[in-house]
Amino acid sequence: MDHNRTHPSAVPEVDKWIAAFAGMTISLLSALAVAAEMPSGASSCSGCHAASASVQTPVPPLAGRPTENTVAALREFRAGTRPATVMDRIAKGFTDDELAAIAAWYAAQKLEPAKKKSDGG
Amino acid sequence: MTAARPTRRDFLRRTGLAVCMTVPFRQALAQGAAGRVIVIGGGFAGATCARTLKRLDPRLSVTLVEENPTFTACPFSNEVIAGLRDLRRQQFNYEQLAEMGVALALLRAAGVDPRARTVTLADGTRLSYDRLVVAPGIDISWEGLPGYSEAAAERMPHAWKAGAQTTLLRRQLEAMEDGGLVVISAPANPYRCPPGPYERASLIAHYLKTKKPRSKLILLDAKDAFSKQKLFQNAWKELYPGLLEWVPLSSGGKVTSVDPAALTLATDFQTYKPAVANVIPPQKAGHIAELAGVADRSGWCPIDPVTFQSALQSNIHVIGDAAIAGAMPKSAFAANAEAKVCAAAVAALLAGGTPQTPKLINVCYSLVAPDYGISVAGVYQPANGQLVEVAGSAGVSPLDAPPAIRAAEAQIADGWFRTLAAEVFG
Repeated sequence: MDHNRTHPSAVPEVDKWIAAFAGMTISLLSALAVAAEMPSGASSCSGCHAASASVQTPVPPLAGRPTENTVAALREFRAGTRPATVMDRIAKGFTDDELAAIAAWYAAQKLEPAKKKSDGG
Repeated sequence: MTAARPTRRDFLRRTGLAVCMTVPFRQALAQGAAGRVIVIGGGFAGATCARTLKRLDPRLSVTLVEENPTFTACPFSNEVIAGLRDLRRQQFNYEQLAEMGVALALLRAAGVDPRARTVTLADGTRLSYDRLVVAPGIDISWEGLPGYSEAAAERMPHAWKAGAQTTLLRRQLEAMEDGGLVVISAPANPYRCPPGPYERASLIAHYLKTKKPRSKLILLDAKDAFSKQKLFQNAWKELYPGLLEWVPLSSGGKVTSVDPAALTLATDFQTYKPAVANVIPPQKAGHIAELAGVADRSGWCPIDPVTFQSALQSNIHVIGDAAIAGAMPKSAFAANAEAKVCAAAVAALLAGGTPQTPKLINVCYSLVAPDYGISVAGVYQPANGQLVEVAGSAGVSPLDAPPAIRAAEAQIADGWFRTLAAEVFG
């Protein structure tokens, strides 16, 4: 028997509202924490994978790439079933969970659009 | 069902907990300035760290102390020496860092007082910090090779700090007559850029082969083994037979003294008198590390592998070539990776949080010819107070790769440099 539904009262309603608000606050804060803190290992990737479309490089950007694409590529690199230069070695340094967290973090980033002027590098 | 319904007290306890959890975050938000960080050194380590700190928390006060307003990058400077690249492509400034709010102090750091938490600049200005990041790169160990000195380096350039030295070595090679002898001396470990001497030998050999084919290059080495050794040696056999000779330690390769007036290099067995001498001398952490008390007797800086905090001084972190980073090599890629981890740790510590246990990647490309690249890569993590390789992650390019792969790695190397430069200075 559901107590709330059969005996509605002002107090549980307020409780529910506060609980919902608190829940939202917590999930918002954890979302912020996720946004602020990159998963372990992710900060190294931007050494090769450019954050901006301006950079001339054969290495594909990771920002905005769907999580499942990146995860699939990383697993294939690790298994040796995808042609690679260095990623076959690097992917072996991460667990499934780590690869998934890194892929999800980059999927949530926005690739900076190309500037009109090409980069000086 | 009723039993499952939370009481008001349960609810308050839970939301109370939630509020407690957010306190450090709110405190950080409430502070106008979240902390004062000084970064000494504007190379790949220091500039990355300063910029990342601002990206992570724009309210941090970040000051970059760097004597030189123009940074000249070492990666690819061997191409400049071989006449394949303009030095200007190696040069960057700090305008973008200033634009995002990094305060620039374009002066030499003259001293650090770890107790008072101050940095003194060459003009006497004293700056206070909550956390200091020391990223001075390398200094030459002038006492490490008898006969070698700052004056000697004008005759026998090291070109191990890019800039005027790079140009000097280039000019000497250009001025040399066909048929001349070039001698490079490589130091014992550790030193900046482990595969660097071998890439340099390769690219100078390429220059000689194409422009001065009667010339010869001898690489005198204080070691018997080196980074990407098999790959380099296979490439030398294929591309530069009879032109490039490597003399390892066990064959008397260690240079024990030099004479800049006579332009000679002596080993225990022989004295070499080349037309061009490139002396890559022993090295140590940049001098400010010693002044700050973060260098140990080895001349390098022991650190905590999670936060890059100095093992010798509190509130000081050391990153890049100056740090003893365990299995991680002294490379620009590693410096950049370490700087980002250190910045996140510094930001977390200033906000009262706990730094994350990191994983770091290193990738180093070397060119043995303009269209022939090889790489070493690895993933590192803290273990027993050091950075160690994650098992199975470290390795070099395949020995039997076809020319297309070598060409692809050369292109990716170029892309890597552009990407890194854009992230740090662009």
